Amino acid sequence: MTVPTSKDSASSATSDRRVRLRPDVIGVLVIAAAAIAGYLLFPNNLALLTRITAIALLVLSLDLVTGYCGVATLGHAALFGAGAYGAGIVAVHFGMTDPFAMLGFGIIAGALAGLVSGVVVLRAHGLPQLVLSIAIVHLAHEVANKASGWTGGSDGLAGITPDAVFGLYQFDLWGRTAYVFGIVLLILVFVVLRQIVRSPFGMLCRGIRQDPLRVQALGASVNGTLVKMYVISGAVAGAGGALNAISTQVVGLDSLSFTLSAEALVMLVLGGTGSLYGALIGTLTFMWFEDVVSAANPFHWLTIVGALLIAVVLFAPKGLYGTIAAWFAGRKRRSA
Amino acid sequence: MSAVFEVRNLKRSFGGLAVTNDVSISMAPGDRVALIGPNGAGKTTFVNLVTGNLKPSAGQVLLGGEDVTGLNSTQRVRRGLVRSFQVTRLFPEMTPEEHVALAILQREGRSGRMFGSHRAMADVGEETAAILSTLGLSSLADNRVREIAYGQQRLLELALALALKPKVLLLDEPAAGVPQSDTGLIEKALADLPADLAVLMIEHDMDLVFRFARRVIVLAAGEIIFDGLPSDATRDTRVRQAYLGSYADARSLA
Repeated sequence: MTVPTSKDSASSATSDRRVRLRPDVIGVLVIAAAAIAGYLLFPNNLALLTRITAIALLVLSLDLVTGYCGVATLGHAALFGAGAYGAGIVAVHFGMTDPFAMLGFGIIAGALAGLVSGVVVLRAHGLPQLVLSIAIVHLAHEVANKASGWTGGSDGLAGITPDAVFGLYQFDLWGRTAYVFGIVLLILVFVVLRQIVRSPFGMLCRGIRQDPLRVQALGASVNGTLVKMYVISGAVAGAGGALNAISTQVVGLDSLSFTLSAEALVMLVLGGTGSLYGALIGTLTFMWFEDVVSAANPFHWLTIVGALLIAVVLFAPKGLYGTIAAWFAGRKRRSA
Repeated sequence: MSAVFEVRNLKRSFGGLAVTNDVSISMAPGDRVALIGPNGAGKTTFVNLVTGNLKPSAGQVLLGGEDVTGLNSTQRVRRGLVRSFQVTRLFPEMTPEEHVALAILQREGRSGRMFGSHRAMADVGEETAAILSTLGLSSLADNRVREIAYGQQRLLELALALALKPKVLLLDEPAAGVPQSDTGLIEKALADLPADLAVLMIEHDMDLVFRFARRVIVLAAGEIIFDGLPSDATRDTRVRQAYLGSYADARSLA
């Protein structure tokens, strides 16, 4: 057993950084390639692809608190909806129609909603925690419904007309600008989140999921850390909501619904919790499946989605990405 | 030498029953104290009162002269009171290297950093490697904890405690559940603990107590009935009486 000299460990640290950056570059390239393929293959369906991108941000955000920290929640759409209404309200009522300003306000609104729901949800554990999260999304839904002067109530908040991006690229009828805007946003968020989940803070969060008492015995504050993660998660969900508001130019109560919360959780479980790739793959699979199957069989598509989910939970409990990743890791270990 | 750790007239009752009754202990840096007592003597309650997981009904806990009775468990850890657990509490999906690095980062107030991996921090890497090497865990640094043997998990608990650089270390049965073949490793690690560290060990294994401790405190029915040299403990009438029932004869302690 030798203690590495400082030179050794310094050089291994740099090479390590290079090794660990490579998956990020690959991840960005894969997302970009998939986005370009989507653009070329489905030029008439860019609205759906943009919607998938916005929901992917919601599912990534959910993964941060559920997958990485182990917090059970069925109320995460409250953060997404806060971002959507935040972006919509500044555009409609305050005339701030610059897409970046709308995005910024959406992120702030989402982060604030994350702070509030984090503080409430983290008061409890397990089943009571889940119930609190459901209560939050129902409350948020009801507040948005009642405050119709601001939100348009059940009619939705219409009349959102974002300016051209950089004053150059108008949000066009085919949704090209919105799509590119959304993909660039997703890639930026992905890169930032990769940093966060790998950082000491991310490691602390994984520790909390695995044994909160041990984290306390190390002298770290469990709730303080989780609230921070909730705020980050809220910012990401808020970005998703703002993207949805900018691209569809309307915000409806469905963006604050229990259904959306539950669907996000289903997508996350489908793709695999505790991995950013799992969140992306789960969203893409679920929404693509929903689109194809509901077109083919509008009456029974939910039955088919249900069957798919049961199959995944029973036969691939780590989710689609988790199962594939575990299979590759096992193969690598066997061959090594 | 002045006390680094002190408990003054600590009391805790559940219902009408005093589980910890007027317990006072004082420890100096470098002390090696074993806390023993028959089952139900109140050892676990005492540990929880000291760590801050339980609030006392009366009395004080002092660390380096500062009254920490009102502080919670994490605040006490940050002031240098660190514990290990009777049943290991580790992160099953993380590696020993990650465990120790996290403890070092936490000690230095860097565990909240959101950018940059700990692997890119050369100083953390060096210290982690040194601690793992001290405990003979270097070869397992990158294995997941759930894949390593229990005896080694116990060593990792000690590694975490060391990484936090405590002033006072509370060891809750550090050799519990470790196969006979591995107890030597634990004992060696205990013997190698920093000389200026005050260690309070709660232990059932009397062989270990007599090899490790230079002072023994015997707790029975929530009260201290003996505080002194290990060799005197076995001759003490009250200690013998307390152990009758759970141990046939206190002489077997020696």
